[in-house]
Amino acid sequence: MFSEFLQFLLTGITLGTTYALVGLGFSIIFNASNVINFAQGEFIMLGGMTTVFLVGAGLPLPLAIVLAVIATGLVGMALEKFAVEPAGNAEVVTLIIITIGASLFLRGLAQVLWGKGFFALQAFSGEEPINILGAIIVPQSLWVIGVSVVIMAVLWYFFSRTMLGRAILATSHNKVAAQLVGINTRFVLLMSFGLSAMLGAIAGIIIAPISLTSYDVGILLGLKGFAAAVLGGLGSGVGAIIGGLILGIAETMTAGYLSSDYKDAVPFIIMLLILFFLPRGLLGGRGTERV
Amino acid sequence: MGLTTPRTGGLLALALVIALLPLAFRNNYHYDVAIHIIINAAVVVGLNLLIGYAGQISLGHAAFFGLGAYTSAILTASHGWPPLAALGAGAVGVGLLAFLIGQPILRLKGHYLAMATLGFGIIISIVLNTESALTGGPDGMVVPAFTLFGWNLYGEKSWYWVFGGLLVLVTWLALNIIDSPVGRALRGVHGSEVAAQVSGMNTSHYKVLIFVVSAIIASIAGSLAAHYAGFITPGESGFFRSIELVTMVVLGGMASTFGAILGALILTLLPQLLAGFEDYEMMIFGAILMVTMIFMPKGLLPTLLRLRRARS
Repeated sequence: MFSEFLQFLLTGITLGTTYALVGLGFSIIFNASNVINFAQGEFIMLGGMTTVFLVGAGLPLPLAIVLAVIATGLVGMALEKFAVEPAGNAEVVTLIIITIGASLFLRGLAQVLWGKGFFALQAFSGEEPINILGAIIVPQSLWVIGVSVVIMAVLWYFFSRTMLGRAILATSHNKVAAQLVGINTRFVLLMSFGLSAMLGAIAGIIIAPISLTSYDVGILLGLKGFAAAVLGGLGSGVGAIIGGLILGIAETMTAGYLSSDYKDAVPFIIMLLILFFLPRGLLGGRGTERV
Repeated sequence: MGLTTPRTGGLLALALVIALLPLAFRNNYHYDVAIHIIINAAVVVGLNLLIGYAGQISLGHAAFFGLGAYTSAILTASHGWPPLAALGAGAVGVGLLAFLIGQPILRLKGHYLAMATLGFGIIISIVLNTESALTGGPDGMVVPAFTLFGWNLYGEKSWYWVFGGLLVLVTWLALNIIDSPVGRALRGVHGSEVAAQVSGMNTSHYKVLIFVVSAIIASIAGSLAAHYAGFITPGESGFFRSIELVTMVVLGGMASTFGAILGALILTLLPQLLAGFEDYEMMIFGAILMVTMIFMPKGLLPTLLRLRRARS
């Protein structure tokens, strides 16, 4: 009984930390530019797929991972430079469509490069399952949770202690004021897209040994990460983490105790309820609109 | 009301094009492509009322199309309803659903509205995929032919006139709504919702109204499309399909009824023209989206019209 519950809980946390990383990516870009980046899911896909193919080309896993994260970061910056920045101060609908276009473009590119198959990435440290109080988990789950915790700590340090991190925060609070105190807000935008893409890539890489990867893996993972960001409060970092964990756990609990058919619907049902009754999310403080 | 206004001249031109187009058709394939263009155009003209005029984005509109299609399919195939009654039941059901979810959803704005409609669309699509006892699941289900008073609607040629008539009707309806007090109210909502509210307008009432109208149009188009194809799959109601519909609106021109039709024309023809390059279809589709939005945020038709006006 308890071991079963623990099993679902651990699986949920593994899944939830992935959603949290993706949700953090959404929040970083939303804060810096007020853009909801619908291409966020493609960063997850690019991270996983690039690593698989670099390993296939004979590179050692750690090097492949580093290169894949850097490459995805560059794609993120290219997206900002060539698609978001030229649009200027376009309407929300326009910006949404631009990032959806970018997402289709990247997904289509991956399909042309790597085909429509599913690929497995080797686990980072063996496949021998670990028994924790009766619950069985694969070592990769510990990697997912551990890496996510480290990343979150690094992000916290970055945003509260480094100049660039604080510049990004300042820009998100008030762009004009940030410019007036000498912050290069264009550079900040570029960096936030790069950072967010790298976060997505890392999420895609650490989850790939557990859930396989393919050219279209980014759609559902991206949308669920997005639901996590909404649940926690769009733009709130801690909110995205809490939101991700709640969604991951709710999803695996539903699959375990109710029905696995509707587990994919759970994050979206929760997101709708939150939007209807608590539109700013659990921790979001900023207004939903400006007149 | 001269012939140069979109309400009379434009509608007449549209009817004329639809009536004369078959002269250029050489085979059933041409009819089939034209029918698909018209189905998309009808849905998109409705969706444009919501996105272009009221300024409310919906990333889940394919759900209404799918619900209409499946209501028709299930009621006629499994319960022996006459197709027209099933179509009506679908339209009423979808209208009610849109009315119910429209109340809380349309209170949201911008990104939040986009997310809520997207979530709604995905949930509907998951339900259609999962309830396989009812819908046949991911494999889809067969839809009986459309019979009316014992007369069997059959073949691309007959269907072409049904869909052609539907598009003219929907366009006429849209143009009239735009020119009515409701249309002016909608534009007020798009311009500044606060200003509209201050001047005593019940903005949420109008937004929900137009949401329901566009959902019913999608449902009817979905019902007819299901009978025409004789087969439906949940893909028809999926996220990608919703995105396609929004793209047609935006590419052709927001707040331009004929622009929306142009958008449906281009994006339905595109995959046909790219035959042989199927692998590149998604990439090209995405690139078109980005380039249009960056360089022509107002959409094709309004941009072209402005260029022409600037030249003369």
